Amino acid sequence: MNNVNTNALIQVRELTKFFPIYRGAIFRRKLGDLRALDGVSFDISRGETLGLVGESGCGKTTTGRTILQLEHPTSGKVFFEGRDITGIGKYEARRLRKHMQIIYQDPFGSLNPRMTVRDIVGEPLLIHELTKGRGEYRDRIDSLLKMVGLNPAMAARYPHEFSGGERQRIGIARALAVNPGFIICDEPVSALDVSIQAQIINLLEEIQEKFGLAYLFIAHDLAVVRHISNRIAVMYLGEIVEIADRKDLYREPMHPYTKALLAAIPIPDPEMEYSREHSMIKGEVPSLFDTPPGCKFHTRCPIMQKICRESRPVLKNMHGNEHMVACHLVI
Amino acid sequence: MLLQVRNLSTYFLADNGVVKAVDDISYDLEEGETLSIVGESGCGKTVSALSLLRLIPDPPGKIVNGKIIFEGRDLLTLSEDEICDIRGNRMAMIFQEPMTSLNPVLTIGHQVMEPLMLHKGMNRKEALKECIELLKGMQIPDARTMVGAYPHQFSGGMRQRVMVSMGLSCNPRLIIADEPTTALDVTIQAELLDLMKKLTRDHFTALIIITHNLGIVARYADKVIVMYAGRIVEKALTRELYRSPLHPYTIGLMESVPRLDQDIKQKLRPIEGQPPDLAYLPSGCSFHPRCRRAMERCRRESPTLREVSDNHEAACWIYE
Amino acid sequence: MNAHRHSYTIDASLPGPRSNAWTAFFTLMKHKVALAGLVILLGLLFMAVFAPVLAPSDPNEQDLYHVLEGPSLKHLLGTDDVGRDLLSRVIFGSRATLLMGALSTFFSAVIGVLIGLVAGYKGGIVDMVVMRITDTFMCVPALVLMLVIVSALGPGMQSIVLSITILSWTWFARIVRGQVMLVRELPYVEAANALGASGFRIMFKHLLPNVMAPIIVTATIALGGNIMLESAVSFLGLGVQQPTSSWGNELRIGYSYLEVVPLFSLAPGLMITLAVLAFNFIGDGLRDALDPRLRSSLGIRGNGYGRAGGTNAVVK
Repeated sequence: MNNVNTNALIQVRELTKFFPIYRGAIFRRKLGDLRALDGVSFDISRGETLGLVGESGCGKTTTGRTILQLEHPTSGKVFFEGRDITGIGKYEARRLRKHMQIIYQDPFGSLNPRMTVRDIVGEPLLIHELTKGRGEYRDRIDSLLKMVGLNPAMAARYPHEFSGGERQRIGIARALAVNPGFIICDEPVSALDVSIQAQIINLLEEIQEKFGLAYLFIAHDLAVVRHISNRIAVMYLGEIVEIADRKDLYREPMHPYTKALLAAIPIPDPEMEYSREHSMIKGEVPSLFDTPPGCKFHTRCPIMQKICRESRPVLKNMHGNEHMVACHLVI
Repeated sequence: MLLQVRNLSTYFLADNGVVKAVDDISYDLEEGETLSIVGESGCGKTVSALSLLRLIPDPPGKIVNGKIIFEGRDLLTLSEDEICDIRGNRMAMIFQEPMTSLNPVLTIGHQVMEPLMLHKGMNRKEALKECIELLKGMQIPDARTMVGAYPHQFSGGMRQRVMVSMGLSCNPRLIIADEPTTALDVTIQAELLDLMKKLTRDHFTALIIITHNLGIVARYADKVIVMYAGRIVEKALTRELYRSPLHPYTIGLMESVPRLDQDIKQKLRPIEGQPPDLAYLPSGCSFHPRCRRAMERCRRESPTLREVSDNHEAACWIYE
Repeated sequence: MNAHRHSYTIDASLPGPRSNAWTAFFTLMKHKVALAGLVILLGLLFMAVFAPVLAPSDPNEQDLYHVLEGPSLKHLLGTDDVGRDLLSRVIFGSRATLLMGALSTFFSAVIGVLIGLVAGYKGGIVDMVVMRITDTFMCVPALVLMLVIVSALGPGMQSIVLSITILSWTWFARIVRGQVMLVRELPYVEAANALGASGFRIMFKHLLPNVMAPIIVTATIALGGNIMLESAVSFLGLGVQQPTSSWGNELRIGYSYLEVVPLFSLAPGLMITLAVLAFNFIGDGLRDALDPRLRSSLGIRGNGYGRAGGTNAVVK
């Protein structure tokens, strides 16, 4: 996957992240590696939303953190605006934070309970010296709060006085404060009530349009991801198994895992559900520590063949368009 | 009729007043039927389930009113011993968090055998045999060895299956599953629920699934109750509810959920505002501040649940 | 925009911004024992501040004609070995004792917290080295250290404060380090990192405020302990010297005349006891008040309700 994409804001190439597991306190013996990411590659263009779906342990959160350089990858490269930012030092990383931000899943843990909303949203302004003088500082915070649908009069309150959805809005305001070009949304609506999820999703879409933001939207809910993304990548045990335009992925899923995911998600329509097959794969997700050889999905795959056990499939382009699948059995 | 709930109300006494967690709910459940109670956090669905088994901590909670007629007896009039006899035996509950609902210092075997020995009077040998059968039935691999394992050695999905085994062990007439799959991955979720549905069908067990996921409701439930702010706002058979939802809250919920089968709409239609703080409920209809079709009357009076069409009830002034 | 209208969800009529400090204060007030401690402490502080007004006589005024007398109308607690009014000396003694206790606690807290912060945040080698240093300090025998310092600097307030500080900073360091290691794993700390916050900012704006609770509790109880330590040191004669009075000092003199004028020992002893009790009681109350678990039961619950004063703790 080496096509030059001049519009690409983020380029990720063969990203891997292994967490070594040791045993013993003084004489540490290495037991093996937890393979959180095992060769992930994709591009994200300006203004685009790439959805990243997968179940727990697939590595989607690690992907986000590695791109932001909150974790340094074990190998592989990350490019931002054409510049190689892999493994950059602390000071350079700090400057990077003006361009890339992150919104967290937990609306309760991601805000410092001892800081007022004003402090929380204003902190990035202070860190990067984006405003001069108190007046401008306050004005900017107020306008950020208004942008996410919060009353600026609430700025003196503390996080615990707000509901989950409101707290998530505060987190979004904080991420917007530095005027980034790229935001990683790490399961931003998973912890919210259903009726609030839609509010936040709409808000994210609104600000994306307004500011031309690119998103990496990480989630496990395929329906939500489909709604907001342009393209979607499906991950399993640290690898991307399928990546396609959102229409293609749902209309013509090719990888057995993608098909199983789609089948497993219940649709709010009893008639349709009655005639659908639900559970196509059995068994548990293997541990990241002891990943299966060959194709990592082969232990649960309904169409597994001998070759799947032996060699690891590579992401291949199908039909010449942008739809890519990593499976031996898809022609 | 296996279960008849009539005018059940459970209130909590808090520092700043009374919280009406469950306010005057009534419903029926036949043998072998699957009912789903849908709502978001704070609507009272879990409290209503805990009330059935009288698991409400008192203080600060109290079942202030109502009848729960299960197998012909009003559970609220039974003594503590009598209700213990029913819990786990005739009526079982599966909790949401498989991580914390199992005792970490007891083996899986011990925990599954416990209800068997307690309610069915089996001795250890019989209970062990039955336990292994149950675990096999839940498709837990290597059941014989797993009996001696501890909860932390299992994954979330496995633990939930163990919980289900515990629930099914004494062949109860009713199982209450409280958000049984929220902590699980989608594929595991699908497998588990299918398994549960099959087993309840085989044993003709009634099932109450408490969830906020409209898809799960569509897939598994025969009939549905929608709760909001402690009250039932709509009650119908599943197909009927999805075919023509009546209450604005139900409609709002359905419109705000992105769906895999629909064309990608431009924007979702969320329900504006927040679910209310149960200690400070709005006047009249609790939903009126967020309702697109609120009228003057909605602000003043709280509507009661009324039959609007065949077997389909809604609590809304629009249908008066 | 439509969204705005419905997002102004917090009613203006609800109570205003409620910081965690207020919640803690109210909880504290409900704690009877802590309240008692607070009353006692206020009494002692009052005594210290208004000593010149409260004391019936000049504590240094000697009356060699009325030496070692028992309680009388003029001298409510009697007189000491050079005829000074005992009551006045005890009242004035509170100044020295409380001041030394406060200073030593303050300094040891500052040093201990800083060290604990850095060790806990940095982790790794820094942490290991710092902790070994802390361990070393903890092994130092108290008495020996004090003798060394006193012999170097001479007896008096500086030596006492210095030696107690050296002895007690390790407690703060340990506790803070442990707490910091917990808090630094929380999402909002990582969020600050992702924003580009420097180490300093994270330590002082994010970590420190969130570990204040155990610091305050430790400091309060340390105050009591340090007062006892000061008394012990003064009792050995290494503390403030005559004519300055401190409770420990008075205890020392009173000890020699225990049989003759028991009140001489009882009075300062009682003061010390009261002070230590007061601080311990307050410390207990503070610990309960600042315990986040307790706070959440009168605060906010799960995903939904964040109203000020909402108590949805048990409702789902």
